[in-house]
Amino acid sequence: MTTGRALTEGQRSERRLGLWLCAPAAFIMLLVTGWPIVYSVLLSLQRYDLRFPADRAWVGLSNYAAVLTNGFWWSALWVTVVITVISVAIELVLGMALAFAMYRALVGRGLVRTVVLIPYGIVTVAAAYGWRYAWTPGTGWLAGMLPEGSAPLTDRVSAIAIIILAEVWKTTPFMALLLMAGMAVVPEELLRAASMDGASRWQRFVRVTLPLMKPAILVALLFRTLDAFRIFDNIYVLTNGSQNTSSVSITAYHNLIGGLNLGIGSTMSVLILISVAIIATLFIVGFGTAAPGSGR
Amino acid sequence: MRSARRTRTAAALLAAVTLAPAACGAGGGAGQKLINLYNAPQENLAAIVDRCNDLAAGRYRIVLNTLPRDADGQREQLVRRLAAADPGLDVLGLDVTWTAELAEARWIREWTGEHARQARAGTLAKPLETATWQGKLYAAPYNTNVQLLWYRSDLVQEPPRTWDEMMRVAADLAARGKPHYGEVTGAQYEGLVVWFNSLVASAGGRILNPEGTRVELGPPALKALQVLRDYARSQAADPSLPNTQEDAARLAMEGGRAAFEVNWPFVYASMASNKPDMLPVFKWAPYPGIQGPGASPLGGGNFAVSAYSPNPEESFQAALCLRDPTSQLTAAVKDGLPPTIEAVYDDPAMAEPYPMRQAILDALKTAAPRPRTPTYQNVSTMISAALSPPAAIDPPATLGQLREQIAEALRSQGVLP
Repeated sequence: MTTGRALTEGQRSERRLGLWLCAPAAFIMLLVTGWPIVYSVLLSLQRYDLRFPADRAWVGLSNYAAVLTNGFWWSALWVTVVITVISVAIELVLGMALAFAMYRALVGRGLVRTVVLIPYGIVTVAAAYGWRYAWTPGTGWLAGMLPEGSAPLTDRVSAIAIIILAEVWKTTPFMALLLMAGMAVVPEELLRAASMDGASRWQRFVRVTLPLMKPAILVALLFRTLDAFRIFDNIYVLTNGSQNTSSVSITAYHNLIGGLNLGIGSTMSVLILISVAIIATLFIVGFGTAAPGSGR
Repeated sequence: MRSARRTRTAAALLAAVTLAPAACGAGGGAGQKLINLYNAPQENLAAIVDRCNDLAAGRYRIVLNTLPRDADGQREQLVRRLAAADPGLDVLGLDVTWTAELAEARWIREWTGEHARQARAGTLAKPLETATWQGKLYAAPYNTNVQLLWYRSDLVQEPPRTWDEMMRVAADLAARGKPHYGEVTGAQYEGLVVWFNSLVASAGGRILNPEGTRVELGPPALKALQVLRDYARSQAADPSLPNTQEDAARLAMEGGRAAFEVNWPFVYASMASNKPDMLPVFKWAPYPGIQGPGASPLGGGNFAVSAYSPNPEESFQAALCLRDPTSQLTAAVKDGLPPTIEAVYDDPAMAEPYPMRQAILDALKTAAPRPRTPTYQNVSTMISAALSPPAAIDPPATLGQLREQIAEALRSQGVLP
């Protein structure tokens, strides 16, 4: 990023002052995020079960071996990937449509934006309980529409589908908001010029709007993918991991809090952190120069 | 398990929330010690606490704190705070399955001397066993619980004694176009473990050895798995069996979908208030077995004293008062929690709400306690995951899987799902 030109004395002292001004914030960030990460890495290298404090010992990487050779972990990872990919894909398409509707609405723009944002304003856990009761036979209006005797939350595939539905319903407005912010930066003149050149509505969207929105799409996708990968509350309420519907976060929670096994649980947390880092890197590399801040 | 408490209204919570701060504020007397009681929601526990506070005459004052409604939520809050050596917990209301775990981690105090003698005096044997770990008493039994078979005498003349008979009766009812479901707790949770544990015991086996160090299972478990699977595939099985917990079973019975259910005695009080016209035909019988009567699931709750309590002596006294015969009678009559002190069953006040009290006492003689091990939570999680959904059980393969996963869970080295 350096320009290669030597900095003047004034610029250098300004930069130094900037660093000093940042230092307290950076230090606190390091303290509150850095230490827990280091601590969980340390815990992941120990056999440490709260119920057997006497057995605490350093065990190297054997917790990692235990987790990575375990069927429950891979099942959870697979479930998480499926939920992430499907829900984010649906959210992107729906979110784009909603963003367009919110941005281009001619009448009642305020009303449209408010209505679209309602699901995002409801607490996830409260909404998840709503979904759970709706899908429970006997009490639920949605389950009531299904054939007699079906209990969709007790079957793996249908339960995952319901989890995805709840996720999409809840977070599409967030996606739409981020995308709408991206839409606002597309200059009106470009679209008008394209239309003068005879570009159709679809061509203007694909050839002008989308490329200019690329940074906004990247940010929206990155945010949502990382969020979706850490999915917890919807699953916790809807199935709590029954019938192999655990996500990696649910599995880590069950081992840490339910099983009181700090070693295994921390190992899972570290593996989730690594996965999240990989996803973030892939996104930045995949979108190349469109990454925000890298300039074009 | 404290299934009966599930039915308690939010009023109990509200009362607890509004009373607790008042109690804190009022505890002004010099030298008066505050004893923090943490217990599952129970509607009339506040009345029991008030009585004990009056009896304490200023030596201590019990402050009631209400834990979450579900057993997992209760355990999580307790163990999280105990692991952090929180001195704000004094008397703890424990599920019968947590004794070993908390005792092994040295989070609760052993009951000795006069306190232990009082806790043991007149207490039924099976509930007392649930409060014991490696020969030492770690809690005072507060309430017990056994499941019975509940049936509609207008549909079923002779109550089935075995699971096979239940399936036959259900098939017969189905052929005549009558309600024929037999409700059981088949969801993937503790209730499924309870069912399996009773089946294994009824077949003459055990999940773990008495010391809780080794997996036993064996041929009785194979038989239990076959019965589980056959039942889940039979006409007795409600289609929502893999999602049924105690309350859903109760509701299916009250709603007229089912001809029988296995459940805790709280269903009787519920039937009396929700469907009084069905009550005359709502009968009970011993828990079904493999051949002849079975071994009932055993539930209930005990009071323990936290190792980090700054006032252990007063905490033991408070716990003893909270579970004395008068307190247990209140809990039994008003909140549907069967007593652990045998003499309480003879109280005249028990007759009307507990017409089935003799059946409870009989079932308590042969009831099947759940495996006792500090890693019970892990063992239970593994079992419910391996058995769910019951219709998909492949007995020999599932048995192998159970052996392996329970053995790992005992070492607390396995990964939980």
